[in-house]
Amino acid sequence: MPEPHHPPRLAVALDAPGVPPRHDAAHYTALARLAEHGTLDFVTLGDRFGGPGPDALAVLARIAPDTERIGLVPTVTTTHTEPFHVSTAVATLDWVSRGRAGWTVEVSTTEAEAALVGLRKAAPPAEVWSEAGEVADVAGRLWDSWEDDAEIRDRATGRFVDRAKLHHVDFTGRAFSVRGPSIVPRPPQGRPVTVVEVTGETGGPDRGPSARREVAAARADVALVRAEDPQTAGAARADLLARARAHGRAPGGPLVLASLPVELESSGDAAGLAALLGDWFAQGVADGFHLRLADPVRDLPRLVEGTVPLLRERGLLRRSYEGTTLREHLGLPRPASIYALAREAAR
Amino acid sequence: MSPDPRPRKQIHLAAHFPGVNNTTVWADPPTLRPTTAPAGGTSPGSALGSQIDFASFVHLARTAERGRFDFFFLAEGLRLREHKGRIHDLDVLGRPETLTVLNALAAVTERLGLAGTVSATFNEPYELARRFASLDHLSGGRAAWNIVTTSDAFTGENFRRGGYLDHADRYTRAAEFLATAHALWDSGPAGGPPRRVDHRGRHFAVRGEFGVARSPQGHPVVIQAGDSAEGREFAASAADVIFTRHSGPEAGRAFYADVKRRLPAYGRRPEDLKIMPGVTFVLGDTLAEAQERAVEIRRQQVSPQTALLTLEQVWGVDLSSYDPDGPLPDIDPDPHGELAQGRVRIADPQAVADRWRALSRAKGLSIRETVIETTGRQSFVGTPDSVAREMDHFVQSDAADGFILVPHLTPEGLDPFVERVVPLLQERGVHRTEYTGTTLRSHLGLPDPARPARKD
Ligand SMILES: Cc1cc2nc3c(=O)[nH]c(=O)nc-3n(C[C@H](O)[C@H](O)[C@H](O)COP(=O)(O)O)c2cc1C
Repeated sequence: MPEPHHPPRLAVALDAPGVPPRHDAAHYTALARLAEHGTLDFVTLGDRFGGPGPDALAVLARIAPDTERIGLVPTVTTTHTEPFHVSTAVATLDWVSRGRAGWTVEVSTTEAEAALVGLRKAAPPAEVWSEAGEVADVAGRLWDSWEDDAEIRDRATGRFVDRAKLHHVDFTGRAFSVRGPSIVPRPPQGRPVTVVEVTGETGGPDRGPSARREVAAARADVALVRAEDPQTAGAARADLLARARAHGRAPGGPLVLASLPVELESSGDAAGLAALLGDWFAQGVADGFHLRLADPVRDLPRLVEGTVPLLRERGLLRRSYEGTTLREHLGLPRPASIYALAREAAR
Repeated sequence: MSPDPRPRKQIHLAAHFPGVNNTTVWADPPTLRPTTAPAGGTSPGSALGSQIDFASFVHLARTAERGRFDFFFLAEGLRLREHKGRIHDLDVLGRPETLTVLNALAAVTERLGLAGTVSATFNEPYELARRFASLDHLSGGRAAWNIVTTSDAFTGENFRRGGYLDHADRYTRAAEFLATAHALWDSGPAGGPPRRVDHRGRHFAVRGEFGVARSPQGHPVVIQAGDSAEGREFAASAADVIFTRHSGPEAGRAFYADVKRRLPAYGRRPEDLKIMPGVTFVLGDTLAEAQERAVEIRRQQVSPQTALLTLEQVWGVDLSSYDPDGPLPDIDPDPHGELAQGRVRIADPQAVADRWRALSRAKGLSIRETVIETTGRQSFVGTPDSVAREMDHFVQSDAADGFILVPHLTPEGLDPFVERVVPLLQERGVHRTEYTGTTLRSHLGLPDPARPARKD
């Protein structure tokens, strides 16, 4: 069966490695609005345990009411944090943005970061990524733990909720356990979009990249593959989709976006970027792109004014948003609650 | 009466977002609708606004800001309550995560303080200090943290450590938590490089650089909610505001005097700690109308099902065979019975039961009427004018420094107060007509904490 045609997905990072972090909301609002003007699917904001600048999820929650359609995807660390808090914060981002939330799952591996919390020692990537996978799993279960129609407000019996539609998740992992249900009702997207970043190379001496890949293949809705050439991106995509099949995932697996460093010195560059994206997409090496601008304040206007119109001309980018949620932008279905499905199946 | 020589105290006001308890009425009987609230598209008999949709939060926060309130307040619950081992299904339940919703509210308000309750038991200082500093930056200096000390194994089942702490340990953890947060907030880069923090204590070992620049308020405002001697001592040593349940005039004055008396030992002045009881209000065009509405609201809050359930929480045994409109059971409470989880336990159930039975006999009250009478918390019932007068008197007579208002309707419950009572408080000269500062500290009349000089 031929895959339904979907233009490339397009996302942009609001932060950049060499640029000092900003603490003021106006900076982030202006950038996100510009990206929304360019009808991009989502913006990402990086975060690092012990890193400089404000909490990424806080920033994107702060700008949610100032934007209307653009997806909001902060990095959230699963090491040294509480899975329950992580899941409720991401669910709440989805509520305050009316269905535009995602999260990029990240881990923390250094002693310096562990010392900021002081609960435990640093652990190798394979271990913290395995835990990250469990956190993503339990987050999904907590989001599902309120079925969509659990709130009934039945005046006749005085019942506000139907407790048969609320579920204890009873999750026991290697490093934590969670009883559930969530305290936050099921968010508008059912499950906010889960994103995992991987690199183009397969596996390293510390087995980190492959542990990441396993999580991306098993649980991500979107994988961001850092690659500098189409071959590496294409190979990583094939690898991810094969792993996803091995995990028994439905066809499609994660959407794979090539994550590219971009520097737009001139509006010439902006046109060149449009051509490059079109070329990579035509080769089928990625479902879309995540652009890491060298300097967002300088480069994002050039992207939106220079590259975006050219992509639109070639039919590679929408002219206006059709949907309102991030899942709709990405062409991802809204998942049913696993508990609702199980209840249906048991009937 | 000789005139009081002191200047009139200003009343501090906060808005509590309703929901997640049986004080929030969700069935929307038309008689409970405030007389000035807009119809808002809700038809009589339909359910009221949502406890989770962001639009509800925007409505309440904007209303509070229109009334020039000091802050918006969110409580916290981390596990759905259970009764007889099943999720409690009668009250409003489900709420957003505190800091995320407050950050979003910062976008739709300009001056209003944004206060979030976050437990010291189920969090760690580095992460929470960073999240509150972020809120303070992103709101331009309007963040407040209500540091609560909840610890029960029931809630702890949602968290890594299981989270149970003895009562005695809760406040030592909270105090060390706050001291560590202060060290982190003070270390943030402010023009220069960040300072390293190296804290080693009984509960925490935190070492490294914080990374977030010092926030507009330096330290977000700290609120304490809790009532034991340890709780009061902790508040006296470190809090800017106390949220208390002592909302009657006598209990209020006693609590006020007790807490303010503790301040000098910490080198603090009485005005450095604001005392704000949580209160409810019911307004009517006449006193009779307000009282009638108050009774009707109580009947909504305590349905026959809720009445039995409340009784079971005291008795600790199944009472489902009793008639809520009949007399109280003559069996005694089970001192070990634990039907309700996720609620504060009643210390002496036998004493409560004896008191309730005596009351019920003396007045001939049914189970439901007894619960209505004994659990009532309607603090201010009257006309806008009488409520403004009573509140003013309450504050001028040192029973409080202000109030955390808990409306019984979501999200329009505060509208009539802001429209009808606030102007009268302004006329009396006890409530601001415009914000004079931009930060929550300035609304509360609190100085910004000095950044300690480098030790290294
Ligand atoms: C007015 C008031 C409000 C409170 N709100 C919360 C809350 O929202 N979440 C919570 O977990 N605990 C809350 N608490 C519980 C306290 O943090 C504390 O655990 C409890 O009062 C026991 O402490 P104590 O012995 O000092 O009173 C509240 C307490 C009071 C008095």
